[in-house]
Amino acid sequence: MTPDLVGDLESPDYASHDRAAHGPYTPVFTGDVKRELDELLTHYPTKMAALLPALWIVQRVHGWVSEEGMAEVAGLLELTPAYVKGVVTFYTMYHQHPVGKYFIQVCTTSPCGICGAEDVVKALVRDTNTGELGLTSPDGRFTVIEVECLGACGFATPVMVNEEFIESMTPDKVPELLARLP
Amino acid sequence: MGYPHHPNPRETTVLSKHFGEADARTLDGWKKRGGYKALEKALGMQPAEIVNIVKESGLRGRGGAGFPTGMKWSFMKPGDGKPHYLCCNADESEPGTFKDRELMRWTPHALVEGCAIGAYAIGAETAYVYIRGEFTEPLHWMEQAVKEAYAAGIIGKNAMGSGKRIDVHVHKGAGAYICGEETALMESLEGRRGNPRIKPPFPAVSGVFGMPTTINNVETLIAAAPILMNGADWYKKMSLSNPKSTGTKLFSVCGNVQRPGTYEVVMGFPFKEFLYDLCGGPLHGRKFKAVIPGGASVPIQTMDEAEGTLMDYEGFVAGGSMLGSGGVIVIDDAQPMVTVIARLARFFAHESCGQCTQCREGTAWTTKILERIRDGEGTVEDLDTLLDIGEQMTGKTICVLSDSCAVPVISGIKKFRGEFEALIQGRRFHPVTAAVA
Ligand SMILES: Cc1cc2nc3c(=O)[nH]c(=O)nc-3n(C[C@H](O)[C@H](O)[C@H](O)COP(=O)(O)O)c2cc1C
Ligand code: SF4
Ligand code: FES
Repeated sequence: MTPDLVGDLESPDYASHDRAAHGPYTPVFTGDVKRELDELLTHYPTKMAALLPALWIVQRVHGWVSEEGMAEVAGLLELTPAYVKGVVTFYTMYHQHPVGKYFIQVCTTSPCGICGAEDVVKALVRDTNTGELGLTSPDGRFTVIEVECLGACGFATPVMVNEEFIESMTPDKVPELLARLP
Repeated sequence: MGYPHHPNPRETTVLSKHFGEADARTLDGWKKRGGYKALEKALGMQPAEIVNIVKESGLRGRGGAGFPTGMKWSFMKPGDGKPHYLCCNADESEPGTFKDRELMRWTPHALVEGCAIGAYAIGAETAYVYIRGEFTEPLHWMEQAVKEAYAAGIIGKNAMGSGKRIDVHVHKGAGAYICGEETALMESLEGRRGNPRIKPPFPAVSGVFGMPTTINNVETLIAAAPILMNGADWYKKMSLSNPKSTGTKLFSVCGNVQRPGTYEVVMGFPFKEFLYDLCGGPLHGRKFKAVIPGGASVPIQTMDEAEGTLMDYEGFVAGGSMLGSGGVIVIDDAQPMVTVIARLARFFAHESCGQCTQCREGTAWTTKILERIRDGEGTVEDLDTLLDIGEQMTGKTICVLSDSCAVPVISGIKKFRGEFEALIQGRRFHPVTAAVA
């Protein structure tokens, strides 16, 4: 095989931009949140099985999963921080660095691609002023990324803004969407 | 029903009857529609009787492989002294597929009920519903339904007063198509990277947490309730063509078509009428060019093939493809096939877990070659190279993601070679007039 074919195929590396400075780490699992984890642990025969849910909680509280967050979870579930990092890096939805206040995911896989998803991406990148996929806008409000099939292909183009799932997005509707975000 | 459109009278709505009815999402609303009667009935039967009815009904797995469900359930040996588990596969990430999303967001209690019936039938006290993390709305409704069902004593330590324990837990994925592969799902559920396992051992012997496990798709489990209520014969009769394909099937339709949505038809329904009548045919001024009828992992059909197909497991094979997940991707004459296929290859390259060399390298090479052909930089040898790589990627890896990437590429080159060659020879793709092989 010709050598130029070898190599990675990653989309723009949105982890490489300036990591926002962050203050001292505040533990996540105290009080009610600790109780939430304790309840979750009753769902599974092993502690390790609560790893994905625990990481979701960290992200919910801090907005991303830092190394300190991984270490906290590791301690509670009797895992090593390196193991937890290995798991975090497998999944695309855990943010390993801070992202904009509104994290926008656009599906561009073929079924959406043939319905004009690329134009939605262009409109979003332009109107959020992020400049490039994966980067956060200078005002810290937006990060836009392309993602693979969101499981809503009949509602092309689906867009996620944080936890909100928006169907049938078109370039014309982008300004209206951005205007309604507080 | 053809959600989000009005149901078409030619649909047979068994599982999708209540799509679009917000009230059906609540426990009260669900009970008013006959909900949990099937579970009540099931709990009064012997597990083996349930397995037999499901076997007799001919129900086959709706997740992609079409394995007979009753037979899968019968692999779970009662009284082996081990905890059994049921996993419900709600990872739905196969491009073109979005039927489980509709099932969960409109009829979440149907899935709780299906899981409880399935768990009881295979001797499990615990069912996990593994839902992809991006499905925020289905997750919300499923969590709500589980909570309501616990509060009403429908599930829990004494399910519907039967003395049987049935727990149902919702588990949220975190972004990885491969976690829809059954053993990867189990790894992920255990708190690991979602790397598929080498089989054997099969899940019925050693599944999640090393215990006997059955894994079923959302639609498969939901179908169990009406089968128990109406009987195996009723289900078997819903078959227009081959007796090995029974019941109704949800097809999610997307791409270049007038009315994309989720439709429920009887197995064996004519695909041509489905595409032109139910889905409304092509967009104004366009023509259909190709269909990928069962999610991105199945062979591409030409329109000649598609229009002669009957929509069941055997019918799609006879039509040069497979039923797969029932995700119908319709492609019209304005779309360059090379672009469509290259983007699918990129999907698989992105989603490969990387354990197997053929898959990790093969998906990446395939993508790079296709993208350079798309960009007008391909060579005549590239097509043979692609076919060669495709062959090396088939039948050699731990799971079939590798094969799945090769499938659209090989079938695409075979059936639409003219479009590849035109790009290689420096002719631009001309929408609408593009040659169809
Ligand atoms: C790469 C890959 C992805 C898959 N994704 C899904 C999925 O998202 N949902 C699903 O139900 N089955 C999926 N499957 C099929 C499952 O491995 C399994 O066959 C299915 O869940 C069994 O359920 P069933 O017998 O009810 O169809 C996938 C398979 C592979 C190889
Ligand atoms: S075939 Fe691909 S996705 Fe499947 S186990 Fe091998 S590397 Fe992973
Ligand atoms: S391809 Fe875009 S949601 Fe499935």
